[in-house]
Amino acid sequence: MPEGHVPTAGEAIIDREGLQALLDALGARGFSVIGPRIRDEAIVYAPLRNVADLPEGWTDRQDGGRYRLERRGDRALFGYAVGPHSWKQFLFPPRQRLWQARRTEAGFDLLEEPPPSERWAFLGIRACELHALAIQDRVFLGGSHPDRSYAERRRDLFLVALQCGEPSGTCFCVSMETGPKASSGFDLALTELLGDGSHRFLVEVGSRAGEEILAAIPHRSAGEADRREAEAVLDSTASRMGRTLDTRGIRELLQDHPEHPRWEEVATRCLACANCTMVCPTCFCSTVEDHTALTGESAERTRLWDSCFSLDFSYLHGGSVRKEIRSRYRQWITHKLSTWFDQFGSSGCVGCGRCITWCPVGIDITEEVRAIRSSLLEPTHA
Amino acid sequence: MPARPRLAVWKFASCDGCQLSLLDCEEELLSLAEAVEIGYFLEASRKTLPGPYDLSLVEGSITTPEDAERIREVRRLSKKLVTIGACATAGGIQALRNFARIEEFVSAVYASPEYIRTLDRSTPIAAHVPVDFELQGCPVNRLQLLEVISAFLTGRTPAIPRYSVCLECKRAGTPCVLVARGTPCLGPVTHAGCGAICPGYGRGCYGCYGPMETPNPPSLGRRWQALGASERDLHRVFRTFNAGAEPFRRESEAHGG
Ligand code: SF4
Ligand code: SF4
Ligand code: SF4
Ligand code: SF4
Repeated sequence: MPEGHVPTAGEAIIDREGLQALLDALGARGFSVIGPRIRDEAIVYAPLRNVADLPEGWTDRQDGGRYRLERRGDRALFGYAVGPHSWKQFLFPPRQRLWQARRTEAGFDLLEEPPPSERWAFLGIRACELHALAIQDRVFLGGSHPDRSYAERRRDLFLVALQCGEPSGTCFCVSMETGPKASSGFDLALTELLGDGSHRFLVEVGSRAGEEILAAIPHRSAGEADRREAEAVLDSTASRMGRTLDTRGIRELLQDHPEHPRWEEVATRCLACANCTMVCPTCFCSTVEDHTALTGESAERTRLWDSCFSLDFSYLHGGSVRKEIRSRYRQWITHKLSTWFDQFGSSGCVGCGRCITWCPVGIDITEEVRAIRSSLLEPTHA
Repeated sequence: MPARPRLAVWKFASCDGCQLSLLDCEEELLSLAEAVEIGYFLEASRKTLPGPYDLSLVEGSITTPEDAERIREVRRLSKKLVTIGACATAGGIQALRNFARIEEFVSAVYASPEYIRTLDRSTPIAAHVPVDFELQGCPVNRLQLLEVISAFLTGRTPAIPRYSVCLECKRAGTPCVLVARGTPCLGPVTHAGCGAICPGYGRGCYGCYGPMETPNPPSLGRRWQALGASERDLHRVFRTFNAGAEPFRRESEAHGG
């Protein structure tokens, strides 16, 4: 829905009640709001209606292969980073029926899937996630064969971005130049301000739709002190990144070393379990499964998330091309950080850190790049 | 109406759970009975028809000299032979005997051991005869079983992915119990198919579907140790229903004899 940055009267300030009014206003306009909620000891993205549904006073501690919720000392509603879910699950569902066919006298009838009935508002989409969304837009909507299902789900989205106040131990958006500040691609953007004892949000407007909603909820215009506090939040986040990735010459670094011994080493640790690709907000691969009913009277095709870590993914006639885990890990990281530029004109990694946190054995994309880069600096290994 | 393909369901050393998965397909059972002629399925009917059978489903492992002969006969009578369950595909829980002296088990369990004639190993069907498809699980998932039957009836490849349980876990949106709670989970080395039931209930997977396509148990084993698992825990967790599956057997042995 955002149509580029619209000049507005400037930033506004809302309080907790204003945030509730925002949720209500979105609901009244027919949006189902999706946002961060605690479920199964993690912060996931799920439907919500009330400010009270948000993970108030919680934060997350993240490291390679480790995620824990912890109490904060304050009443922050957004005092954590990204969790195991990404927004792609709504636009590109993990499992989706594409069509059904029924046998008839004359042949068969094809039943197409109806378009989605819901319009979503994403509450708390962060800078790295907006970049991931833009990447998936290019993947699914660019080119001559746009994905209809993605387009239908994407079209009516309302995006309430969150300016990150709490990076996780695995975040590296600063290195990827994707955050922590969201500067476009949203309808509204919130910065949570907890200073001087008052709990409030600075609201930036990114579209006409955002402007219209803001006008409908109680707010005041932001003052210089509010703006300075919001800037300080982002500065602090940027200075506390859990990880860094040196991206200089990264395209060549990976493409030029297909036989580097590090691939063999990472294969001793990598489980080929595919968790990294499932949690990655830019990974877009899918497969289709066809099922026929026992009687042969009907059939259906389902699309589901797939991964370059599965053997079937690279199955050509006669067998899989990437039999070794070494070549599957190399494919994944090289695609993310290198060949993605060739394919889509940008990096495929936005530095969200999910693949690091949710890898059961904590394999770290930044560490793997560092290992390859530093080995090449050693004179003995060239 | 053209002749319906004739189906047979055979039992070897097993608990009948996989055959029950088939009987559990209440709604689909009628279509199954329409689509095939049930030639041999003692769990469902005493009536039997002679072979050859177009499709044989085989449950259970080979543990006696008689069964080692009988499976050859079943193979001879079957155009296509599909093994179902951990017993038939990996030797089952009874493959624990492979790691011990069978005489000791027999004398511990039976009052009159002299009546027992058994092999000293429990082996999967594929160790004895060629198998057209192996469906893993303890017990198998009934929807997967129907999928395999439908695929064989229509002559297509069954849509049974061989990757890890983690893919199903993530597609279901379940936060990883290993990462978020430090609960040891075998999902990354385990064959998909169950829909990641255990993590969905906040528990770790214990590997009842057996090894996935390219498992890396040593790496996951090191992770379990970091989470506090002992050598004995690792020895035992890889030694359950799929103890006889090669990657699990090796990892179990790496943590004690
Ligand atoms: S590769 Fe990892 S850090 Fe980069 S966008 Fe994907 S999940 Fe995030
Ligand atoms: S890098 Fe980690 S998450 Fe990805 S496939 Fe390997 S073990 Fe699984
Ligand atoms: S809970 Fe287990 S099955 Fe699920 S992603 Fe984690 S390791 Fe894999
Ligand atoms: S033990 Fe693992 S494979 Fe078996 S039902 Fe549980 S999650 Fe599924």
